[in-house]
Amino acid sequence: MNYSFPILSCVVFAPLAGMIVVLLLDREKHNAIRWVSTFFAFITLILTIIVLKDYNCATAEMQFVEMHRWIPAISAQYFLGVDGISVPMLALTSLLSLIAIVISFNITKRVKEYFAFFLLLECGMLGVFAALDFFLFYVFWEVMLVPMYFLIGVWGGPRREYAAIKFFLYTLFGSIFMLVAILILYFSSEPHTLNMLEMMRLGPTFSHGIQLLTFAFFFIAFAIKVPVWPFHTWLPDAHVEAPTAISIVLAGVLLKMGTYGMLRVSWPMLPEGIRYFAFPIAILGVIAIIYGALVCMAQKDLKKLVAYSSVSHMGYCMLALAAFTSVKALAGCMFQMVSHGLLTGAMFLLVGVLYDRAHTREIAAFGGLSNKMRVYTGLMMLFTMGSLGLPGMSGFISEFLVFIGSFSSYPVMVCIAVLGVVLTAAYFLRMIQHIFLGEFDSAKWGGLTDINIRETLAVAPLGILTLFIGIYPKPLSDLIRATLENIVTLMAR
Amino acid sequence: MIDLRPLIPELFLFCVSLVVLGVDLFSKRRSVSLPAYLSMAGLVVTGFLLYKFQGGRLWEGMFVSDSFAYFFKIIILGAAFCAIGSSFGTVGRMTHHRGEYFSLILFSTVGMMFLVSARELITLYIGLELTTIPLFVLAAYIKSSRASSEAGLKYMIIGAASSAILLYGFSIIYGLTGTTYIPEVTINLSIYWLSFGEIGPAFSVALMMIIAGLTFKLAIVPFHMWAPDVYEGAPTPITAFLSVGSKAAALAAFARIFCGMFVAFADDVMQPRDWGNMVAFLAAVSMILGNVVAIRQTNIKRMLAYSSIAQAGYIMVGVVATSTLGIASISYYAFAYLLANMGAFAVVTVFADRSGSEKIADYAGLARSSPVLAFLLAIFLLSLAGIPPLAGFLAKYYVFAAAIEAGYTWLVILALLTAVISLYYYANVIRLMYMVHEPNPHHIVPGFPAGLVLALTGVGVVLVGILPQSILELALRAASSFAF
Repeated sequence: MNYSFPILSCVVFAPLAGMIVVLLLDREKHNAIRWVSTFFAFITLILTIIVLKDYNCATAEMQFVEMHRWIPAISAQYFLGVDGISVPMLALTSLLSLIAIVISFNITKRVKEYFAFFLLLECGMLGVFAALDFFLFYVFWEVMLVPMYFLIGVWGGPRREYAAIKFFLYTLFGSIFMLVAILILYFSSEPHTLNMLEMMRLGPTFSHGIQLLTFAFFFIAFAIKVPVWPFHTWLPDAHVEAPTAISIVLAGVLLKMGTYGMLRVSWPMLPEGIRYFAFPIAILGVIAIIYGALVCMAQKDLKKLVAYSSVSHMGYCMLALAAFTSVKALAGCMFQMVSHGLLTGAMFLLVGVLYDRAHTREIAAFGGLSNKMRVYTGLMMLFTMGSLGLPGMSGFISEFLVFIGSFSSYPVMVCIAVLGVVLTAAYFLRMIQHIFLGEFDSAKWGGLTDINIRETLAVAPLGILTLFIGIYPKPLSDLIRATLENIVTLMAR
Repeated sequence: MIDLRPLIPELFLFCVSLVVLGVDLFSKRRSVSLPAYLSMAGLVVTGFLLYKFQGGRLWEGMFVSDSFAYFFKIIILGAAFCAIGSSFGTVGRMTHHRGEYFSLILFSTVGMMFLVSARELITLYIGLELTTIPLFVLAAYIKSSRASSEAGLKYMIIGAASSAILLYGFSIIYGLTGTTYIPEVTINLSIYWLSFGEIGPAFSVALMMIIAGLTFKLAIVPFHMWAPDVYEGAPTPITAFLSVGSKAAALAAFARIFCGMFVAFADDVMQPRDWGNMVAFLAAVSMILGNVVAIRQTNIKRMLAYSSIAQAGYIMVGVVATSTLGIASISYYAFAYLLANMGAFAVVTVFADRSGSEKIADYAGLARSSPVLAFLLAIFLLSLAGIPPLAGFLAKYYVFAAAIEAGYTWLVILALLTAVISLYYYANVIRLMYMVHEPNPHHIVPGFPAGLVLALTGVGVVLVGILPQSILELALRAASSFAF
């Protein structure tokens, strides 16, 4: 489907327009700023839904392509387009961004700057998923870091400044390897190009050494973002210190950029690289699954628990990506990306709701909350069940696909990884037991109020979508199938 | 009659500086604004003349007005314009010699313009002297300040020593080749090499002396130790002018000599006198030392001094590439550096004019009291750190691209790692400005000329980052002056 209307540019730059409008508003008019931001995030979502509706699932071709001259001197183009792996990510990003903005209404400190930075962040995230030119991709990838640094550093928890700079430096450290890899690919290609589609065609013609080197460099950059064990140490700090809305976006969108980058860049472009490194990557995936789950068992802080559960859940994606010959495994990875985005986004939101009321996140401090916060308890149950892979919800579909897809390649590792599911159930059930069941301390928590309408409305779409995908996964699998089949054939070269 | 047209911009600017000197002598009011505005207008007109009279050569090629010189002259004029524009507060606090301050800047600018156009070693040397001698005086301009006097003296002694070393190197080259005209030196050296298979140790000594002499001016490790003290002691606009203008001019001379005169001796073809690896090593050490030491600084001018040592290292990464892309990349880098560094120093000047402080800690909470100023400083620093979509990012990208093309992948990886380190201290200033909740006691709205400088550099740093094509084309044209 190709429009004459530049709809992808509108999707990517609508939040930027919103940022400019927000900057022009009076800094004291908090409500105006909030509603303008919501409006622009909503427009972005509507535009994304239009893209989703008109997307043609039958082909793996890039759609809604926009290509313009940008910086001919370095052969960088303004090149946007989407296929089956970027469309779901675009939709997830604009949905989670809108939800994050709605949930940020209770921010009262430096409101104008907060929403301006947030909209800039949204622009960067959408740009990463739509860019098909390496230079543009890198610019969007880096543009995100600055607002993220401020959002964690100004509005975060007690150790916010440390967490913000750690996030910034760590991610930048990863990106530099990507930059070197891009430059090496650029000078290896003949004629020199930064066009990703061209590079997919040319990639397999590069020498073995170049493919391995650039693959390793790209892997460092993407692995830090995912984060793959042992590159995950920035994650607990950033997730725990970030304000609720930013944790939602961090877990829901930013982590997926790593796996998206692998599926978009290094896997199809450098088939010799993935063939060479598949086994170690699978091992890293399994380590992440088990290690993340075990660390979760020991957490005392609810938010930290959810943060480490992300390490574990993204491990499934890595295991699936290592089984690169199977369309099923890759589909499992895509499902897991979407599903984890929805579920973990919702869990961070709910953790934030509890923290706003109780001003603590210590699991041991609570007990019997189901007596007081009935709706909240129900919602939390729903999302933890989804997260631990209960059939009927999206988490089950994705884990199932990952396991059956990668079993033929790594039977032993899949068996170990299945243990991770048990561990996941263990730490989530333990958490539920401690917080919601048992004795209720009415002297301490008697003043707690249930989740309010705004928060319920924010979390509802996430619940509906994970149930929908869990019960009827066909629309999503149709969306991604053609593209994934194409990627598998590209990697078989 | 010699056709002096290629020299018109320099001649005009020279006359302007004399007029500024005269105006100061004869006007009774001794105001800041008259000589300053006169100088700024003179610089703008010089820029226009430069545009009109591009191309041409004088005195059998001793002075060339090629596209490379053109590009660097734009940078130099820009640096002088910004330095004068942000000087109003500094000069306003002085009691006398106000007009001379501006005319000295202009004299130095004329020297830089000669320097970048010189294609003959003696001309180049004279241009260099005309550049630096006024700067010695300017560095020591605040007579009441001991730091400023120390800066001037230190700069003069080290500047004189480095000039002597440079001149010695030139004299050895003259002894070896019998000429000081750069193209002839190349030809004679090549003939020498091809006939005898070696040139002898004198050539190595000359190479090292020239590298040492010029890297003194560029403040590259290990010849950097004067920079932090001079940068800290000199009046802030002069520091800015030193760090951008004189650096750009010295860079152009370096490129002319090494990428022009000694181009054949950069690679394996004519080993063992391989200056490429030597300069790559100096670049690496500069980036590491400059960035690491900058972290510990508490004075923002010293921090920017170490940052500029590191930035010179990044530029050298492009120089060692010795290719069309390399020259284009250092030209673009110098332009991006002009915008970001002049802008950052302008903010520092404006802030110090109001608060009297140069301590980094005193910038705390600036985003609350003066959001525009804080925002500008933040984007200048992020541009220096190389964060897209600002100009500094493309500059780094371009320089690294050139180095990778030339096979210096190790240097690029090292440069990028140090760029991550550099982010730490740049972000530290931003952290103080934005993440400290108490508003800064100083509410600062920059006045007219400083505000103009800030607006130009601020818009430039964003615009040149997002739509760099026209500047890149100019830079590529500048690179076409070299034959690789």
